[in-house]
Amino acid sequence: MKELRDGSITRALLGQIKGKTSRLGRPVRIMEVCGTHTMTIHRYGLKVPLEEAGVDMVSGPGCPVCITPNEVHEACLDLVTQKENFILASFGDMTRVPTRKGSLQTAVPARSSLLKIVYSPEEALALARAHADKEVVFFGAGFETTIPAIAVTVKRAAAERVGNFSTLTALWLIPPALRAILLAGETSISGFLYPGHVSAIIGLEPYRFIAEEFGVPGAVAGFEPNDILLGISSVLDQIMEERPDVRLEYGRVVNPSGNPVARAVMEEMLEPRDALWRGLGRIPRSGLVLKDSYRAYDARTRYGLHVSEGSGDLPGCRCGEVLRGLISPPQCPLFGKACGPDSPFGPCMVSFEGACFIHHKYKIKQRMG
Amino acid sequence: MCLAIPAQVTEIDADGRGKIDYLGTKVKVDFSLLENIRPGDWVIVHAGFAITRLDEEEARETLSLLREIAEAQGE
Repeated sequence: MKELRDGSITRALLGQIKGKTSRLGRPVRIMEVCGTHTMTIHRYGLKVPLEEAGVDMVSGPGCPVCITPNEVHEACLDLVTQKENFILASFGDMTRVPTRKGSLQTAVPARSSLLKIVYSPEEALALARAHADKEVVFFGAGFETTIPAIAVTVKRAAAERVGNFSTLTALWLIPPALRAILLAGETSISGFLYPGHVSAIIGLEPYRFIAEEFGVPGAVAGFEPNDILLGISSVLDQIMEERPDVRLEYGRVVNPSGNPVARAVMEEMLEPRDALWRGLGRIPRSGLVLKDSYRAYDARTRYGLHVSEGSGDLPGCRCGEVLRGLISPPQCPLFGKACGPDSPFGPCMVSFEGACFIHHKYKIKQRMG
Repeated sequence: MCLAIPAQVTEIDADGRGKIDYLGTKVKVDFSLLENIRPGDWVIVHAGFAITRLDEEEARETLSLLREIAEAQGE
């Protein structure tokens, strides 16, 4: 598989891309939706060579930790600081997001309560089975990639009647967010690199409206540097042919129809609702919540949590504009000064899929081109 | 959260759980989101669950396409 990272192939692909933009006679702007794509672009120093080849890459909203509003984190902080005899099990990066009430890492849990970092929702359920005397809440944010894992876990908890387990989740759907970005029309996007692993679940059809209603081309790309360039090259072909489409350049991992088992469990357990995204605002049917029959496993219902959405961003943080593709992280006055990976001011500097974190980590490489 | 690198399945239990070899480390994984999974298959794992299986034929096609591009640009 060395071809996927081979430098001579990278140069050949960049040459091909430059040839295509020259024939087009104009530079193009492509949004990479997924934070892991952003990571590859910066880790392999592709940003500047792509600019020189006529392609401006802009980061999208593809970091679940970043787009989860602070109010959700604050509800979680209330839980762990106010409820006794409680285990809050969370993905690690969620615990570092700063809010008006601090972060989970700095919070002092209530008596006999504690915070546990987990890598999988299944681990949180295992904690509930092992600690029948405590209430266990799994706190996680995720896109279609993560949602099936959470749905299966709740299904198991319900089947086993694990009465001390529930979830506080922020589950986000990518296609409605892309519609919102296109409708807002703030960034002139010529095409999309669709996220590889979200697409492994949902397949290609959910993106079709982008080509058909908006005339914007796109390609599903993998996560190696040459995968990214193949995806960009495919988007350029569609622009040149004036035939916007949804093309698959990651066929080794993504089935065009996605993962039917995963989608079935999502549909069985969850239903769509309007959801508030950091930066993007309220987007119709862009979030998922447990269906009524599984509400006992929703910590919001179970503990009467009130999540007052809409006012929680810390003043000065420009994550919202970064997530909309309006500014690049170094354009934020806090970047690298009041906000860095050791003391993040906003979530885009916390998550390793966050655009600010990635820019900061690779800024030297980027400067050297 | 996203392990973008494929990992090989080493064991599967009757309940759909098992292990993968991820860059030399054995990691516990849940296979219940995939059908007919077998030891030796390559999968992508996310949040403790295998979410998709690698298609070796498609992988070979991509690699040969990349080699062709390099050769064409070299001419």
